[in-house]
Amino acid sequence: MDFDLTDEQRQLADSVGKLLADDYSFDKRKGYLKQAGGSAALWQSYADLGLLGLPFDEADGGFGGGPTELMLVMEALGRSLVIEPYLPTVVLGGTAIRVAGSAEQRKRILPKLVEGGLKLAFAHGEAEARYDLSDVTTTARPSGSGWVIDGAKSVVQGGSVADLLIVSARMSGARDDPDGISLFIIAADAKGVSRKSYRLRDGTDAADIVLSGVEVPAGDLLGKPGEGFTVVQRVTEAGIAAVAAEAVGAMEVIQAMTLDYLKTRKQFGRAIGQFQALQHRAADMLIALEQGRSMAMLATMAPGIADKVERARNLAMAKAGIGRAARFVSQNAIQLHGGIGMTDEYAVGHYFRRLMVIEHCFGDTDHHLATVADAVA
Amino acid sequence: MDLQFTADEIAFRNEVRAFIRDNLPREIHDHMRRGYTARKQDTVAWHRILNARHWAAPSWPKEWGGPGWTPVQRMIFAEENLLAAAPEPWPANSNLMGPAVIQFGSERQKKRFLAPAANMDEFWSQGFSEPNAGSDLAALRTAAVRDGDDYVINGQKIWTTNAHWSDWCFAIVRTDPKAAKPQQGISFILIDMKSPGITIRPIISIDGYHHLNEVFFDDVRVPAWQLVGEENRGWDIAKFLLGNERIGIARLGRSRERLRFALEKARGQRSRGKPLIEDSGFRRRVAELEVELKALEITQLRLVSAHDKAHGDGKPDPLSSVLKIKGSELIQAASELVMDVGGPLSMPIWAQELEALTNSPEHPDWTTPSTALYLHLRAASIYGGSNEIQKNILAKAVLGL
Repeated sequence: MDFDLTDEQRQLADSVGKLLADDYSFDKRKGYLKQAGGSAALWQSYADLGLLGLPFDEADGGFGGGPTELMLVMEALGRSLVIEPYLPTVVLGGTAIRVAGSAEQRKRILPKLVEGGLKLAFAHGEAEARYDLSDVTTTARPSGSGWVIDGAKSVVQGGSVADLLIVSARMSGARDDPDGISLFIIAADAKGVSRKSYRLRDGTDAADIVLSGVEVPAGDLLGKPGEGFTVVQRVTEAGIAAVAAEAVGAMEVIQAMTLDYLKTRKQFGRAIGQFQALQHRAADMLIALEQGRSMAMLATMAPGIADKVERARNLAMAKAGIGRAARFVSQNAIQLHGGIGMTDEYAVGHYFRRLMVIEHCFGDTDHHLATVADAVA
Repeated sequence: MDLQFTADEIAFRNEVRAFIRDNLPREIHDHMRRGYTARKQDTVAWHRILNARHWAAPSWPKEWGGPGWTPVQRMIFAEENLLAAAPEPWPANSNLMGPAVIQFGSERQKKRFLAPAANMDEFWSQGFSEPNAGSDLAALRTAAVRDGDDYVINGQKIWTTNAHWSDWCFAIVRTDPKAAKPQQGISFILIDMKSPGITIRPIISIDGYHHLNEVFFDDVRVPAWQLVGEENRGWDIAKFLLGNERIGIARLGRSRERLRFALEKARGQRSRGKPLIEDSGFRRRVAELEVELKALEITQLRLVSAHDKAHGDGKPDPLSSVLKIKGSELIQAASELVMDVGGPLSMPIWAQELEALTNSPEHPDWTTPSTALYLHLRAASIYGGSNEIQKNILAKAVLGL
């Protein structure tokens, strides 16, 4: 058991923190929100700082960072409400390529991704699938030496700005069958791909993607045919770990903002933080934040658990726990701010909406509690 | 970062687990598992078994008969002990009087009191609360006036757990009624419960049992050497003890033990045509508890690990209030779950002991004591600094409000 950071890890956290402190003020962020995919200049800065290559092996052009390093980066991104598609590109798409890519695919994609020249999206979820990872109706049928993909993907994070899509499609089996799902690497501008772009409630880019008769050459099948489901699981686990850490960063900021407000806002002739009802609410927020932080640590370490059932159960507990914490902290941050917390010009509401989106990524609290409940014995 | 125990820590846990399994008397284990709190003979017997290995006072240094464990080892022991349904080392002896005397006491006090406390040759009680000094502890009025080689004590303590079992009581008393601040006129003193002038009156709790007492002091003479530390500096000791309780304060082991028990019993209860354990509402409730327990387990590891790094003598971390608040909420929720598993059978007060004597039990042997435990544990969020006081501490010491 060890909760200490190494010197290198501390340096990493410091350098990301410094970059974002300088370049990601709430006002500057408003400007980035006007550009699709956020700030191109900052994306390059992330590349220069080594963040885009963080989780990849040095042999693939990466920096060999582990789960703790990624946790530190995600916490920092959460503190600044970073909107550039780091999660879809590095964490989701990156994990898919990292765990399932052939040597040729890794060589083709990762060095370019690491230097900032390639954005990915994980096009897996479908409109009727909710959070069920095996519910895939998009189809892949053989054609020549390759495949033809037909179907639709829904709420694909980063999908509107991605260069490459990692698309799941069914080669065989019934709708919910974990077997028979394959993953494909498809250029976003390939013939037959159409995207309907929009923003999520937190300002990040997403898209609905329709694939009609998209031809995919044999070399763009990612992993073994029909065995993509375990990759989907690994990607989802990485996503849970990442957003859990991001949520901690976001919660830290709104908790601090709320405290600051309690100390400065005066009513009835004194700072409202002197009222015990509000002090206790603030203490409850602190408890939720610390319990959430513990769950983010669990989410960070859980993907390394070898036993599949234990791993899934721990990640479900972690996501449910972080979801509960996020909802409590963010709702009370608005409540304790009063009217100003409801305004779009004030930062609290933006953190609130990011945490709300995080709650609905990779399974919400109810979904994961049901998973834990299924495992009760 | 690594959430897993090291090989050494796992070996230690296995050693503790095996020792408890091999040495906890079956009768005590079965009694505790049915949901009863430890009887005096249970606590005394287990203390002596533990003390033979110097494990009865986990936080004490070897010099005074403790094991010299690190905070992580102490946490592991506390959780394993509770998980195995064993009585806790008696907190008044092991967590309170002992550490106070070791930290602040004279050589004479250490030599006189520590060894008998570790071996439960002397049972201690804690004389802190008074009728008008509960959460506002510094408002206490029980007075100690110096008279020759003695202090003469007059006043009243209340909520004194197991005073009727105790040989000695450590108390905080007012030695300077004129001090500028109420906290400045308080001293910490050790009182022989056999002293003339002490009257103990039982208070029966909502679980039907006699745990609590009022203790009246009427011209009780206490030799002056039994005052711990400096006169009028007793508040420092009281504050030290409040922070010192944090390892094991979450009592996660007992919550997990109760949760396991609930699952075991839910297999045998029929609800809506199938075993209760298959009921989706029940399983969801268990899942919620498991998630909360897991989070608190890691929060506890974080705090204890930080304490470990500070070599165990760092200042009390105000975040330990988080452990107290969540720990008490969870042990309450777990005991509530066991009661609810029993359903209507949890409501009768059956005389289990009498039935056992006739060897023809007609009722489950766990429902009555489990309901008593639920009732008893409503106090978990009141004692040791109520959860509202803990939130005051968090608001002031951590949040700066």
